[in-house]
Amino acid sequence: MKQFLSFVRKEFRQIFRDRRTLLILLIMPLMLVLLLGYAIKTELNDARVAVFDPSKDTETRRVIERIQASEYFTVVRELDSPDEIGEVFKSGDIGLVVVFSERFASDMPSGEASIQLIADGTDPNQASLLTSYAQGVLSSYQAELLEQSRVPTRIDVVTRMLYNPQGESAYNFVPGVMGVVLMLICAMMTSVSIVREKETGTMEILLASPMRPIHIILSKMTPYFTLSVTNVVTILLLAVFVMGVPIRGSLLWLAVVSAVFIVVALSLGLLISTLVDSQMAALLASGVGLMMPTLVFSGLIFPLESMPAALRWIADLIPARWYISAMRKIMIQGVDASCFAVELCVLLAMAAVLVAVAWKKFKIRLG
Amino acid sequence: MEENVIYTRELTKRFGTFTAVDRISFNVRRGEIFGFLGANGAGKTTAMRMLCGLSVPTAGEGRVAGFDIATEAEEVKKHIGYMSQRFSLYEDLKIWENLRLFGGIYGMKDKEIARKTDEMLTDLGFESVRDTFVRALPLGWKQKLAFSVSIFHEPRVVFLDEPTGGVDPVTRRQFWELIYRAADRGITVFVTTHYMDEAEYCDRVSIMVDGRIEALDTPERLRARFQAATMDEVFQQLARKAVRKSD
Repeated sequence: MKQFLSFVRKEFRQIFRDRRTLLILLIMPLMLVLLLGYAIKTELNDARVAVFDPSKDTETRRVIERIQASEYFTVVRELDSPDEIGEVFKSGDIGLVVVFSERFASDMPSGEASIQLIADGTDPNQASLLTSYAQGVLSSYQAELLEQSRVPTRIDVVTRMLYNPQGESAYNFVPGVMGVVLMLICAMMTSVSIVREKETGTMEILLASPMRPIHIILSKMTPYFTLSVTNVVTILLLAVFVMGVPIRGSLLWLAVVSAVFIVVALSLGLLISTLVDSQMAALLASGVGLMMPTLVFSGLIFPLESMPAALRWIADLIPARWYISAMRKIMIQGVDASCFAVELCVLLAMAAVLVAVAWKKFKIRLG
Repeated sequence: MEENVIYTRELTKRFGTFTAVDRISFNVRRGEIFGFLGANGAGKTTAMRMLCGLSVPTAGEGRVAGFDIATEAEEVKKHIGYMSQRFSLYEDLKIWENLRLFGGIYGMKDKEIARKTDEMLTDLGFESVRDTFVRALPLGWKQKLAFSVSIFHEPRVVFLDEPTGGVDPVTRRQFWELIYRAADRGITVFVTTHYMDEAEYCDRVSIMVDGRIEALDTPERLRARFQAATMDEVFQQLARKAVRKSD
């Protein structure tokens, strides 16, 4: 035990002494959250809107004027047919299309008059922002109509997101950042730190000492485990209190799933450290072999749903993909354990296999 | 009877069909400085790794500090010190932190570590650099320090794997002073080296060729037997017989 503690103390000392790396490890996750969080625009200014108005009556004119008058929107185009909608989005400069039902004014008293808001779901954050602002404008207009109570009016507002019909929450990036950061700290840092001992020759000395290999590995992992937990906590605090991201599900499950994922990442790091002999190679292997796929397939940048099937199979091999998916369910959807059982089981299986393989590899090197 | 600190009989290590160490047998007495010579690829490092409990023998028997190297490797490790050919302390730790770490790894008590640290730094004349990072020391100092760390826990035997690579003759001489002092305290020294002048400093020398020990005796007697003026000539005569290519 004393051996173990001496070694853990040394690990912490080395980590704290390497100020630059430490700073990156602690600050980078926070920067990621803040950047991604604030990069999602929360203000709208003169968003460009197209209108398709088959009815062309006084009421639709009024609604369009109303939208035009608001500071958020500028109506730039009137479409002649609904076929133009897709093309309008493809040209890229229009974010929202407002579609009126036919015979709008005459349908108003019966409540059959409807307005459809169509947004480009490839950018779900922007899309949900646009539609909710537009809904705001429309409902205040309706409220005025009711007040004047010229006629009993009801306008049905339907929102439709093209290309991403579920309209995933704008907060999805938080679990993504957690997945990437944990992968980085656990896998990359662990592998580099073990390989460094091999490179400098200290591993030989340690193996010739009475310190047992399992203790060497555990004491290598302890500091990075601690760092990871610190990061998870700070990311969550920042997300909840600064960004206003909800945590709807159970904190206990959140901790359990995170712990399993950390074990997966740590054993990946250990595995890499048994395969390579230099710190540079360890960095490359974990950077290219782990971080890149994690970033690409985590759904953080590209939505998984829009990937070709072959790529989605590859994504299924990436631990972070399962972690992020489980975290989204726990944090944002707030569902209970049965809904992310698959993710948890996959992660547990990955952890079991990786720990076994990494340990075996490490033992072989000793013999 | 515990005079023989290292004892091997027919110790063998095979990797597949390749026999790295071929039935070597020798004894090393307590307090002896034993030079373990051989060309690159002769099997020195493999033999040494087996004696340190880092590698399991394929056949034969070996005992170090009274423990069986095959079945009691953990006990062996507690009673030996090891210094590898690559300089191997933590460069980003201060000198005293390295000492405390290795003291802790070998299960020494905090008080003992503190006492030994003072003693050792005074001995080496290193008091002023106690708080210095190891990376800031000159190579010769680092090697002296690494040796002192390897005997910090007062092991029965210390294994030195080419400990003086890359330093000047003066520093090497100083390094050997440390080795003599350790041997005087009763620590057995098992040392591999490339420098034949260092072989002269050993009490006894063994020369390995192609995995076997071809000669084992005091330097004087080896020189007499091979009618050579220096150990270097002895070594050349034996090494020429090697069939294996050096790596």
